[in-house]
Amino acid sequence: MLRLAPLVPLLPLLGFLLNGLFGRRLSRGSIAAIGAGSVGLAFALTIGLFAALLALPAHDRSVEVDLFTWMSAGDFRLDAGLLLDPLSVTMALVVTGVGFLIHVYSAGYMREDPGLWRFFAYLNLFTFAMLVLVLADSYPLLFVGWEGVGLCSYLLIGFWYTEKINADAGKKAFIVNRVGDFAFLLGMFLIFRELGTLEFTPVFEAAPRALEAGGAAAFWIALLLFVGATGKSAQLPLHIWLPDAMQGPTPVSALIHAATMVTAGVYVVVRSHVLYLLAPDALLIVAVVGAATAIFAASIGLVQTDIKRVLAWSTISQLGYMFLGVGVAAFTAGIFHLVTHAFFKALLFLGAGSVIHAMHHEQDLRRMGGLRSKLPVTSLTMLIGALAIAGIPPLAGFFSKDEILWSAWAGGRQALWAIGFIAAGLTAFYMFRLVYLAFYGTPRDAEAHHHAHESPPVMTLPLVVLAVLSVVGGWIGIPHALGEPLGHVPNLLEHWLEPVFEDAEVLRAGAGEGMAERMAEAGELAMEYGLMAASIMIALLGIGLATLLYLRDPGRRERLTAGLAPLRHVLERKYYVDEIYHAVVVMPYLALSAFLWRVVDVVLIDGFVVRVVGGAVTWYSRIVSRLQTGLVQNYATAVFVGAVVMLGWFLLR
Amino acid sequence: MVPLSHYLALSAVLFTIGVLGVLTRRNAILVFLSIEIMLNAVNLSLVALTRATGNLDGQVTVFFVITVAAAEAAVGLAIVVAMFRRRETVDIGRFDVLRG
Repeated sequence: MLRLAPLVPLLPLLGFLLNGLFGRRLSRGSIAAIGAGSVGLAFALTIGLFAALLALPAHDRSVEVDLFTWMSAGDFRLDAGLLLDPLSVTMALVVTGVGFLIHVYSAGYMREDPGLWRFFAYLNLFTFAMLVLVLADSYPLLFVGWEGVGLCSYLLIGFWYTEKINADAGKKAFIVNRVGDFAFLLGMFLIFRELGTLEFTPVFEAAPRALEAGGAAAFWIALLLFVGATGKSAQLPLHIWLPDAMQGPTPVSALIHAATMVTAGVYVVVRSHVLYLLAPDALLIVAVVGAATAIFAASIGLVQTDIKRVLAWSTISQLGYMFLGVGVAAFTAGIFHLVTHAFFKALLFLGAGSVIHAMHHEQDLRRMGGLRSKLPVTSLTMLIGALAIAGIPPLAGFFSKDEILWSAWAGGRQALWAIGFIAAGLTAFYMFRLVYLAFYGTPRDAEAHHHAHESPPVMTLPLVVLAVLSVVGGWIGIPHALGEPLGHVPNLLEHWLEPVFEDAEVLRAGAGEGMAERMAEAGELAMEYGLMAASIMIALLGIGLATLLYLRDPGRRERLTAGLAPLRHVLERKYYVDEIYHAVVVMPYLALSAFLWRVVDVVLIDGFVVRVVGGAVTWYSRIVSRLQTGLVQNYATAVFVGAVVMLGWFLLR
Repeated sequence: MVPLSHYLALSAVLFTIGVLGVLTRRNAILVFLSIEIMLNAVNLSLVALTRATGNLDGQVTVFFVITVAAAEAAVGLAIVVAMFRRRETVDIGRFDVLRG
């Protein structure tokens, strides 16, 4: 079974080739069938891989499938291969599972679009690249997938490229990601210089011996890889591309910019956890950046009026949580939140897509309202998604978010816990603000409301499946503190991922961080319950506040927010980050370009170099051309003189 | 019997006359005639040398030279006629269109 692993990425690649090469001539039905079918088959195969891996003893659940020799130069040799272990298979399950649902949904959402074949070809190419990313057994192969998903992200953000704003958003995403990718490459070079290999297994085996714990080499490797991750996962300060990426079709936002691609950064950090544990300073930076991003993005999400942009900022915020989790060395918690987030954020995006579809491409929350009666399935599933992300038990978001917050607290980072805690309240508030504005109250645009209609089953079915997953998805990672009293319910995810992180436990113990001992202390259990209750309280507080301001009494909202107008303005301008980039990066760059053009090119090169070189040649030619008199006798004289000189030379020598 | 050196001296004198004619004369026909003088100066030295060594190869070469000179005369005179038709003159100092 495990031998079939290469088929998992190859099936979507085949779908891409079929749709990409022949899509123009295929019927719309077959395009959708190829697009969704190839990912569905890949999902089925991944389940098979999962089962095969599960059948192995826990310690043997790390299988490498060699494919071919990719590079060979001198001593250096790199084989392309797939690494199947609990971590990569978990990621592959999310990518193909959630990806399949979104493909199915796309068949309905993009039904009318003339570029349907192109859309499905790109989506399949994306799935292929993402699977290469998560299944790769070496950094270079991972980087191939990493760049591949970046390319597809660019292609799909600018899918409706005839409008400049869409094409610009695509370019912005691509360029900002390049910044992170550059750091990622430097990180890889550093790994190669220090360890002499780039394949995961040897790297992680050699790292604890070759790299000094807390040393400069480990720190820079970890930091550079993380800078790469901030680009791909839209963390501060490289987050600016993700909100603009919402210009793409909504299924793209769900698949690429919420559920899968943007989590690649988290995956890289978790995959490289051995390196990060050798660099506690870098790990702390990860946690701080994650926490800062979580609250920063959540606060911006409070005032967005575009339904998709609320979700985009929410995604950035939730990714911040994941980095906070892995930053306090709670790798399982980070992956857990990645999985549950994939469920409920994909659900929320697809729900938003359903609303946009119903409202005929209206995305402004201020023109919605009262859609609950028109869109029963969408509004119910969105409500479940909102409850899940807000952290209401027993939905998925509660368990994963709480796991992260608890890990932060238990790891001795109470300040980071506090930031995450407040962000959790903001999350609950802005999500319910969105739900109330869209589905409750009175219609603010009666005309659009009148024409609104529920989406076809091909779109609502994925919503229902994702809603179920958003409810039950958290049950795979029930913390021990809750599982034990409930009758020894095991933490399935932690158990499953344990073999991946067991070496990490050794390192962590060596580093003296002793988190396990901390958590074992008797008082800690009470603390964990206390924090859990506090999380629920703040989520309820956020929801309550949203209910008060957006459902019960919109008039009071006006009075209350009047005093907060300056703050509101700052939030609406997204803390002026785009403006700062414009002033610090774009303007100097344009000035430099203008200098190179007007001074270096026009004056120096065209004016000086070209004129001097050209003038010198002309001047010299004018002189030597005088030799050409055009008179035959002058030439003959030269011939005779030459002949005489040569003759004289030979005779008199 | 005239010694070989006399033939060669005459040949050298004729050749020099030819060279100076080619280099100094302005009239194309006179230049042409000077070339013929040079050819025949060479012919003379060839014949004299073969006679002195008893080898006939040089004499055969001379026949070839005479043949080529005849052909050359035809082509050369045709060129001179063409030059005259174009410019109403055969002064080669006036033909300098290839001047740089």
